[in-house]
Amino acid sequence: MRNLLAVAKREFRAYFDSPIAYVLLVASVAFWSFWFFRDFFLQGQATLRSFFGLLPWTFLFLGAVLTMRLWAEERRLGTEELLFTWPVRPGEVVLGKFVAALALLVLTLALSLPLPITVSALGPLDWGPVVAGYVGAVLLGAACLSVGLFLSSLTENQIVAAILTLVVLFALLVVGLPIVVAQSPPALTPVLEYVGFKTHFDSAVRGVLDARDVLYYVVCVAIFLRLNAVALAWRRWR
Amino acid sequence: MIVSQRLTKHYGPVTALDDVSFEVRVGEVVGFLGPNGAGKTTTMKILTGYLFPDRGEVRVEGVDIARAPLAIKKRIGYLPETTPLHSDMRVDHYLGFVGEIRGLRRRERRAAIDRVVETCGLHGIMKKGVSELSRGYRQRVGLAQALLHDPDILILDEPTSGLDPNQIAEIRDLIRRLGREKTILLSTHILPEARETCGRLLIIHGGKIVADGAPDDLVARHAEEKVLHVGLRGALDGAEREMARIAGVRQVREIAGGDATRRFEVRAEKSGEIEEKVFDLARERGWKLVELRPEGGTLEDLFRHLTRGEGAP
Repeated sequence: MRNLLAVAKREFRAYFDSPIAYVLLVASVAFWSFWFFRDFFLQGQATLRSFFGLLPWTFLFLGAVLTMRLWAEERRLGTEELLFTWPVRPGEVVLGKFVAALALLVLTLALSLPLPITVSALGPLDWGPVVAGYVGAVLLGAACLSVGLFLSSLTENQIVAAILTLVVLFALLVVGLPIVVAQSPPALTPVLEYVGFKTHFDSAVRGVLDARDVLYYVVCVAIFLRLNAVALAWRRWR
Repeated sequence: MIVSQRLTKHYGPVTALDDVSFEVRVGEVVGFLGPNGAGKTTTMKILTGYLFPDRGEVRVEGVDIARAPLAIKKRIGYLPETTPLHSDMRVDHYLGFVGEIRGLRRRERRAAIDRVVETCGLHGIMKKGVSELSRGYRQRVGLAQALLHDPDILILDEPTSGLDPNQIAEIRDLIRRLGREKTILLSTHILPEARETCGRLLIIHGGKIVADGAPDDLVARHAEEKVLHVGLRGALDGAEREMARIAGVRQVREIAGGDATRRFEVRAEKSGEIEEKVFDLARERGWKLVELRPEGGTLEDLFRHLTRGEGAP
């Protein structure tokens, strides 16, 4: 546990040692606010639907940018070797890096809180779906980060890691959308709807925080973090 | 004590290590020599628990590293070949992070960092970014990282590569000082350095250990002939010829004159007691023997002899 925190602390600090964190925070909040308020006054409804509708697509980029460096850079510099000669379990390091990325994602999301606060000042906001939406966003974000972290461990090039992550996350988000489901064989419909990243998030945004959706994301994170540890160990056995 | 038994490692079709067994006893400073690609780095990566061997095992004080990797990693300090450091950090943050990972509590950590700042000469660079450091300072930070938890075993992969002569001398001194209380295995390309700093050498070639022993013994064992430096004074007419007539002597050559002493290099068969015979001859002829020094073969010769030819990729 102490090792996990040491790694998480190091990685979190590293975000702020480079411009990544600042650029990301400012850009995300600016983009979300612009997008939200563009429609908000036209529609005249006290709801955050449009914000939450946009969120998964911004997570494409957040997931890629927040994780691309985490393993690829470790490998490029050769510090991965040194890291695993220290008395740490690979799982602790994987979790530590994941926690750091998740912490920054949560921080970014927290900076969007002025949106619901503004809305509730202007009209009767139903906080139920908003709270469920934020919880869903953290879960969806965690899943995106676990995918990115795993993919970052497969290359020593940050850019390659980022592009891989973008592609894979895009596929996972799109898979459950009606547009895709309608084009595929009917037998696959339940599978595609279940596998899709966005489907589970959308039900949260409607205010329904189902235990099965929560479980879906938790299992997804567990699978990708485990894959990450396996990929690291495989390199040392080879 | 580190015991490695029958280590074998393949990278795809390439055999990096082929049945490598050796021991490093407590308190020894052992030099690991071999051409590039001989398997030095692979061996070190296995000893430190980064790579897993295909076959064979490593035991530290009787404990198998595959069974208790964390316990053994706590006792080892490792400096990899290219000194990989987290270059996005400041030196003080970096060492603090290593201290945390090494399980040192806040106060121990501060004491440990103060200690390595002293031993490795890190004054004045603690607030700098790791990426701004010169090669020499990087190497020192790498060493500091390896020494932070005061391990009893140090594994150093080419600790002096890329350094200037002054820095090499500093690191060498440091290793010699550390060698008094720690077990050290270091690899190097610089043969005089190995001879100076290491009590024992392991020479590896093509994934196999080809020599193991004290540097002077290895060289002496290898040498095909004995070379004596003889310094004489007095009436030396015909000395060169007379020495050449001693049984077993192959060649005599005068190497330097100058002052009253004339110096000769006598090459002889290894087995003939050539020192005694030269001494006797000098006494008989009334020469004043001012120098009689056997010169060992060179480590370079030995190294080249053992690591020539097939094996290296």
